[in-house]
Amino acid sequence: MFLSMNWISEFVDFSGLDKIEMIHRFSLSTAEVENEIYMKGSDISGIVVAEIKSVEAHPESKKLHLLKVDAGKEELVDVVCGAPNVRVGMKTAFAQVGAKIGDIAISPRKLAGYTSYGMCCSESEIGISDDNSGIMEITDDLANGTDIKDAYQIEDIIFEVDNKSLTNRPDLWGHYGIAREFSALTGRPLKPIETADLSQFDSLPSIDMKISDPLCQRYSCLQVDNIKRNISPVNMRIRLYYCGMRAINFLADLTNYLMLEMGQPMHAFDSRKVDKIRIRRFEEPFTFRTLDGVDRNIDENTLMICNGDKPVAIAGIMGGLDSEIVDDTTALTLESATFDAVSVRKSTVRLAHRTDASMRYEKCLDPEMTVTAIGRFVKLMLDADPQSRVISSLTDEYAYKYPQIAFDFTKAFVDRYTGIEIDNDTIVKTLESLGFGISVENDVFSVVIPSWRATKDITMKADIIEEITRIYGYDNFDVNTAVSPLYPVRIDIEKSVEDCIKDLLVKRFSLHEVHSYVWNYTDEYKALGIEAEDNIRLINATNPNIEVIRRSIVPTQLCQVKYNTDFADSFGLFEIGRTVDGVNPETNLCNEHKKLCITLFSKTESLERLYLKLRDIIAVMTDDIKHMPVFFENRQAVHSYQHPKNLNTVLCNGKSIGEIGVVYPTISKKIDKKASVVYAEIDVVDFAEIKANNIVYDEPSKYPEMEVDLTFMADRFAPIGSAVYTENSPLVKKISVVDTYKDDSGKSITVRILFSDRTKTLTREEVSAVTDRVIAKLAEKGITLKS
Amino acid sequence: MLEKINEIRKKFSSAVQNAVNAKALEELRIEYLGKKGSVTGLLKSMKELSGEEKKNFGQQVNMLKNEITEAISGKTAEIKQKELEREINSVPEFDLSAPPVLDRGSYHPITLVQRECENVFRSMGFTVEDYSEIVTDYECFESLNIPKHHPARDMQDTYYLTNGQLLKSQTSAGQNAIYRKYRKALVEEGKPIKAIFPGRCFRNEATDACHENTFFQMEGVMVDKNISISNLIFFMKTMLSEVFRKDIKVRLRPGFFPFVEPGFELDISCLICGGEGCPSCKHSGWLELCPCGMIHPEVLKAGGIDPEEYTGFAFGLGMTRLAMMKYGIKDIRDLNSGNLKSLSQFTAE
Repeated sequence: MFLSMNWISEFVDFSGLDKIEMIHRFSLSTAEVENEIYMKGSDISGIVVAEIKSVEAHPESKKLHLLKVDAGKEELVDVVCGAPNVRVGMKTAFAQVGAKIGDIAISPRKLAGYTSYGMCCSESEIGISDDNSGIMEITDDLANGTDIKDAYQIEDIIFEVDNKSLTNRPDLWGHYGIAREFSALTGRPLKPIETADLSQFDSLPSIDMKISDPLCQRYSCLQVDNIKRNISPVNMRIRLYYCGMRAINFLADLTNYLMLEMGQPMHAFDSRKVDKIRIRRFEEPFTFRTLDGVDRNIDENTLMICNGDKPVAIAGIMGGLDSEIVDDTTALTLESATFDAVSVRKSTVRLAHRTDASMRYEKCLDPEMTVTAIGRFVKLMLDADPQSRVISSLTDEYAYKYPQIAFDFTKAFVDRYTGIEIDNDTIVKTLESLGFGISVENDVFSVVIPSWRATKDITMKADIIEEITRIYGYDNFDVNTAVSPLYPVRIDIEKSVEDCIKDLLVKRFSLHEVHSYVWNYTDEYKALGIEAEDNIRLINATNPNIEVIRRSIVPTQLCQVKYNTDFADSFGLFEIGRTVDGVNPETNLCNEHKKLCITLFSKTESLERLYLKLRDIIAVMTDDIKHMPVFFENRQAVHSYQHPKNLNTVLCNGKSIGEIGVVYPTISKKIDKKASVVYAEIDVVDFAEIKANNIVYDEPSKYPEMEVDLTFMADRFAPIGSAVYTENSPLVKKISVVDTYKDDSGKSITVRILFSDRTKTLTREEVSAVTDRVIAKLAEKGITLKS
Repeated sequence: MLEKINEIRKKFSSAVQNAVNAKALEELRIEYLGKKGSVTGLLKSMKELSGEEKKNFGQQVNMLKNEITEAISGKTAEIKQKELEREINSVPEFDLSAPPVLDRGSYHPITLVQRECENVFRSMGFTVEDYSEIVTDYECFESLNIPKHHPARDMQDTYYLTNGQLLKSQTSAGQNAIYRKYRKALVEEGKPIKAIFPGRCFRNEATDACHENTFFQMEGVMVDKNISISNLIFFMKTMLSEVFRKDIKVRLRPGFFPFVEPGFELDISCLICGGEGCPSCKHSGWLELCPCGMIHPEVLKAGGIDPEEYTGFAFGLGMTRLAMMKYGIKDIRDLNSGNLKSLSQFTAE
């Protein structure tokens, strides 16, 4: 919203104050002001009122005229002018020789053989409207030679306030409310708004008007006629233009002006079309043509202004085309009303049509304002067009009145909330200047909230704190640390496990952390041949490619691997992110999981080696973070990206914490023809919940240890390992695989068993007893010792 | 007999000169000092002598024996030294001038920035929590004093799911759970609530270099009996100065957020120009950084905390924005791209 400093200054006397500085303070205390502040009129000078004394057609040009103008000097000035609306006796804005318009300095200039000593200007050239159809026509009684900047309020400071920072302040949607803030900030008094006394019309007939719906809070109206003026006063038009609105005609301009001044939207109906005002909703939907010529679908929730049964306006949003003021309108009915804010907002969304009026109604306007606005309207109307007349009494139905809000608060409350000392006097003065009723006794303040702040904005004590502190100025605050007691910081296990995982994967295994999105990348999956599995969906995704929430990070990570195949011959990615596994039917809540996904990619390592490498990464992780071994159990593939043979459940502490697998060959080939790709997905919460084993110190034996290597003809280590473990001999300290070998006789595995006894020197017999039993046990299963 | 000694001495001294390795020396030792060696032979022949002559001869032979032993060990040392030198010289000087192979992993830049902030807050006694990404309407709005049809819901275009839940549009969605989790410790044991909860947020908007539908924030709250606006400014200033590792000026402006009252927009002095004004701060000298405020009484109430007794502040820091500012990342989409050409550069600091 654009604001005019001239307009604000009409209500507060700022003489002697730096206005730019005031705007900065406003930004720090009330609402955000955009960086650029416009110094209107500062780029023009030397433009005066001048009268056209003669007009002659240019002998060779159809467009140009040769004028003599009276610019208030002794001699008439010769001017060549191309505007179509020149005529003798007309007064216009004239840029004399030496004048400046922006970067242009006016000097005598030859045009088609004649010298022009100055230039007649359009309103657009002066910067007071966008009209450049002809030169400006001045109808006010001004002496020739009067500087146009003395005649009109062309010089102004315009600043823009971010509408978003006004959402909670219905009172700031007009200049008068803004002026109140400036008054509080500067300590200068706010002048009352000048209005016409409407009681003088009490004897006139009233308007047939009735609110038939609780969504209308107040409806005030008045009829006027005999409006002769068509074009608004120049200063009014300049303000409208500077504040971002186009001048239309006097009546329309006046309603807009009122809205920008008081924040109260107004509407004018042709009285011939509206003589029986009813405010209601309709049970059946229908279409309604608004004054912009658009047919809009009205449903049973949209509040309408009607003439009898016939809708004439969408309440709070826009009037209808049929009841609009037209050229032969003589009498009009002026509406100044308030409607339920939520209803207006919902209708706005439904109709996808936001207007300057609806924007204000959405904020919960103060119903007290409607009559004042009509009084102001009448005053401005009569000032600018003395022949116009009021022809009805003020007709006003006040259906819903907000309750008055008043409460007490203590000085101690303010002290506790602010943490600084603000004295009682300052508190009282601040609140008074903002229009609050305030009294103080024994450090207890009693406050009455003004109606314009009581529609939703201020409801409780904490709201008062903001009023006091923002005017006090946050820059003036003493800054202090808190005096709360100290306790140890609670460590969140899940968070710390997450950090440990990241450190381990980055520092020890040189993996790269990535982030991806939480939904299926449907198109990218298709390109790799990954099935985009159905799951819970977004209802308002703008792009169908991202509509379904992912069940697993693996597919999204494979897409990222594909993207990076030229990054290095071998690399590994990981992400800790979220997945959703459908909806819990009992709670109707998503089964959200936090998963760790790792993918290894290599063009140089064999699939087996890469898979084992990933296994070791997982094993190091469980060992490092939980001091716990990890086990793997082959399982059936169910997802399109899983390898039918090489897919294992990851078991830790006896429960599944995730899976590790080789990527399905066709997908792997689409990622890279020759590369190996393996992945693991671990549930971070399941893993974090495992209680970590403590370190149990095992004092090293002082006697020599003994290592025995045994080579078995076997495919897998598991049976050998379990044969050794089931021995449960206290002498066995460790078993490891030292070699695997494949020859014509089959696959063999060499294991090394470490024996140790803390109490005495081991004997060969003791060790042999264990190994013999292991060999015998394995022989029963058909696993023989290699000779 | 003495001539024989001299003869052996003469012969040995030339032989030892010619010995080239340990093996030859050992052979020499056996040849002269071994059981059948010539010096040993001399000693054996001593039996035939008597008296003074025997004593004299014995001395001479012992002298010879010592001479030979010393010469052999001297020569052995000399040869060992030569062998060592040869070994040393056989290894070339290794070239370290080639670029080293680092093979390092990388953290996501968000992780790095987040950890920095977390560490600052931990050092001030804040606990670090995580929260779910899919939340209920109650968590994201109702409990934060944003009732249905409140215009504040217009400000953020939220992704809604078919079951009525939503992708959290702000980390504030975790506030209610944090209050409930720690209210007992606050009320019964007098332990202030001091928590930060970083997390991923979602907004339904078109993406470009400056806009993302998926981004990171970090929420922080502190609740105790006498938490004030003055404390809020202190913590924000201190924390941001730590994060940016320089003295940061902060200023508050009124800002409207339904879950705080009063609510503020916090600006910091421009990091590029220090407040002088530059293109980065649009010549204002200030950067709008984070919304914050005193926790709204209704929000405390929803969390089971009596606002008459307790007050608190809350803030929301944009981690994504912070990471972009810190590392000069120009295109926000790089962060979720998975592109290792960008992301592999973020090794730990």
